[in-house]
Amino acid sequence: MAERLEQMNWQAFRVTTALGVILAAVALGFIPLLWLGLANGFSSFDSYLPRVVAFTLKQAFLSTLLSMAIALPVALALARREFPGRSLVLKLLSIPLALPAIVVILGIVGVYGNSGILGGLFPVYGLSGILLAHVFFNMPLAARLMLTRLEAIPAESFRLGAQLGFTSGQVFRLIEWPQLASAMAGIASLIFLLCTASFAVVLILGGGPQATTLEVAIYQSLRLDFDPARASILALAQLVTCGVLVLIAGQFARQMDVVPRTVAHVTRYDGDNFATRARDAAAIAVALLIILPPLADVVGAGLTRIQPDSALFWATLTSLAIGLGSASLSLALGWTLASAAASTHSKSVRNIIAVACLAALILPPAVLATGWFLILSPVADVGSYALLLVILLNALMALPLVWSPLHPAIVESRQRHDRLCASLGLSGFTRLRLIDLAVLRKPLGLAFLMAFIMSLGDLSAITLFGSQDFVTLPALIMVQMGHYRMEDAAGTAVVLTAFCLVLITLAQTWSSPNDQP
Amino acid sequence: MISLEAVTFRYEAMLMNFDLKVARDEFMAVIGPSGAGKSTLLSLIAGFEVLLSGRIRIAGVDMAHAPPDRRAVSMIFQDNNSFAHLDVFTNVALGVSPSLALNEAQRARVADALDRVGLTRYRSRRPTEISGGERQRIAIARALVRDRPVLLLDEPFTALGPALRREMLDLLVAIQRERGLTVLMVTHQPEDARYAASKIAFVDNGKVTHVLPTPEFFASNPPSEIEAYLRG
Repeated sequence: MAERLEQMNWQAFRVTTALGVILAAVALGFIPLLWLGLANGFSSFDSYLPRVVAFTLKQAFLSTLLSMAIALPVALALARREFPGRSLVLKLLSIPLALPAIVVILGIVGVYGNSGILGGLFPVYGLSGILLAHVFFNMPLAARLMLTRLEAIPAESFRLGAQLGFTSGQVFRLIEWPQLASAMAGIASLIFLLCTASFAVVLILGGGPQATTLEVAIYQSLRLDFDPARASILALAQLVTCGVLVLIAGQFARQMDVVPRTVAHVTRYDGDNFATRARDAAAIAVALLIILPPLADVVGAGLTRIQPDSALFWATLTSLAIGLGSASLSLALGWTLASAAASTHSKSVRNIIAVACLAALILPPAVLATGWFLILSPVADVGSYALLLVILLNALMALPLVWSPLHPAIVESRQRHDRLCASLGLSGFTRLRLIDLAVLRKPLGLAFLMAFIMSLGDLSAITLFGSQDFVTLPALIMVQMGHYRMEDAAGTAVVLTAFCLVLITLAQTWSSPNDQP
Repeated sequence: MISLEAVTFRYEAMLMNFDLKVARDEFMAVIGPSGAGKSTLLSLIAGFEVLLSGRIRIAGVDMAHAPPDRRAVSMIFQDNNSFAHLDVFTNVALGVSPSLALNEAQRARVADALDRVGLTRYRSRRPTEISGGERQRIAIARALVRDRPVLLLDEPFTALGPALRREMLDLLVAIQRERGLTVLMVTHQPEDARYAASKIAFVDNGKVTHVLPTPEFFASNPPSEIEAYLRG
């Protein structure tokens, strides 16, 4: 009995600590912002803030519109057709999800910049460059989400359509669109949110004050203009914008649960004519034309130009150290809290934990960083804590990625094993070793890898806290780009991409369902 | 009315080989073990699957390679026979024209069909707002407005309880007699076949092995495979 009580206390201690870390981090980010913002910030409310907000929303709106409009025909084509190379196209569509923004930006500048093959087609710095980069990331995401919906359409619907003599247009209007319609708002609001909070793309491709977003403006006020009051106002505006968007996205997300279909294999009878074939081929060609050139450019330019100098060596080491540190911290926090959420009987405790783990979706990193900077700078040298702050910020940013595979896996494992373990008297470390580690090996590994990938590619924490002596791989690429050493930057980008691709390949094998126990 | 001659089809490792004749106005049930090819047989006739070789004639015309909408058949599935976002009337009206531009006479035909299957009062409801048996009535009403001589049914009432199944079978038999339809119905419930069908085709391992009048099929000494299927 005493032993059992001790275990419960230990569990409660761990959960309280994990929640405490998150809440303290969030509160420390928040309080100085509110205080400073309310005290003197609003008096500096000039035309700058509305202009930045307007541009933030405008570029997010256009990015979302373009991504959705290009993704829709791609998803329709992939759902309709079986063709050699289809699985390759699907793989290519999943690459942007794993690529660090800085690598893609480098590729886009390489292809469409002044000295690129397609240079002069449009100005790469400014709105058009931002839109292209956002479409690069979000069009494949939208296409894959739409494809999931389309693949949930029952086979009978297409058979019925074939029997009733539907044309391709009628198949779209009567079968495909009704299935997509309920998900479109959810997908669009997710992309809108991602583009609103986008940092690296706007930081590098944004052309000065007329093309800047809240997230980047916060960084500029803090690190370039040394104007914490303005940073606070901007951070509050960003917080409100993202909060509203998350609330809206949350409403739509509920309608997005996919219904599993009854028949495994679906045959399509529509679109067997030249016009539809040509349209589908064109849609896939457009998607590939967006994705492939920047990728090919970075790899082509960088593969032979990897400079094995000390800058690359230290940046790699720093990136890996931060990645390992923040992924471990994120996993420790996420695992503790997900276990607690799975075992508690109190609904409010469960909700508090879920909100804490998903907080990073609402709180843009620049907001948290601003608060920490304000509260730490009077009492300590922020530079000397930079490594810890970057690790902590990355860990918080990765927490939603850890939570989403881990929580459902733990809930399922509990439902399956709790009674048997209780009846056998298995508990504590024996249970951890024999049951939990064995069952949760894959979701734990997946969570760790996703956090690692996110941290490796992150540019926001490192630009906010980094310095000349504290440089990660993405930061090094940015420095090299800033000195117009594009080939060196490409070499560094190849190294970074290689790490990300190795990790994502590992993650994909780990998350494949066919070898689950 | 329907004739399959040496029709071959491959599904994964299984090679199927069908020969079958169904006479005009006949109500034939198709029964047999799971995975024997019963649904495939119907899909081949409806044109959802393309045969490797052989001939399929429907109402005397070779239809082996005709697209599904050109064939003189309507098919009713176990599930998903209606579009959830359209109301009952519109779901049936699709059988007249997929463009849904209906004239007065066509609208009247849809209304008549709804009346015949007893769905008139649900005409403005969505399929999700009515029961499973009523949803299958939508498919029957649509088959009525399509007015094709052959009706194929793939386990249409499996999800319904015994009393409701009887009721649906009664409706089906009545409509079959009124319209002079040729019906081919796959079922997992031998008692349904016994109740409604005049002939029974037994499908085993990708072949139609027996076609027997219903009383003979359920006689005390059927062939051994049928015995094994019926009594285990």
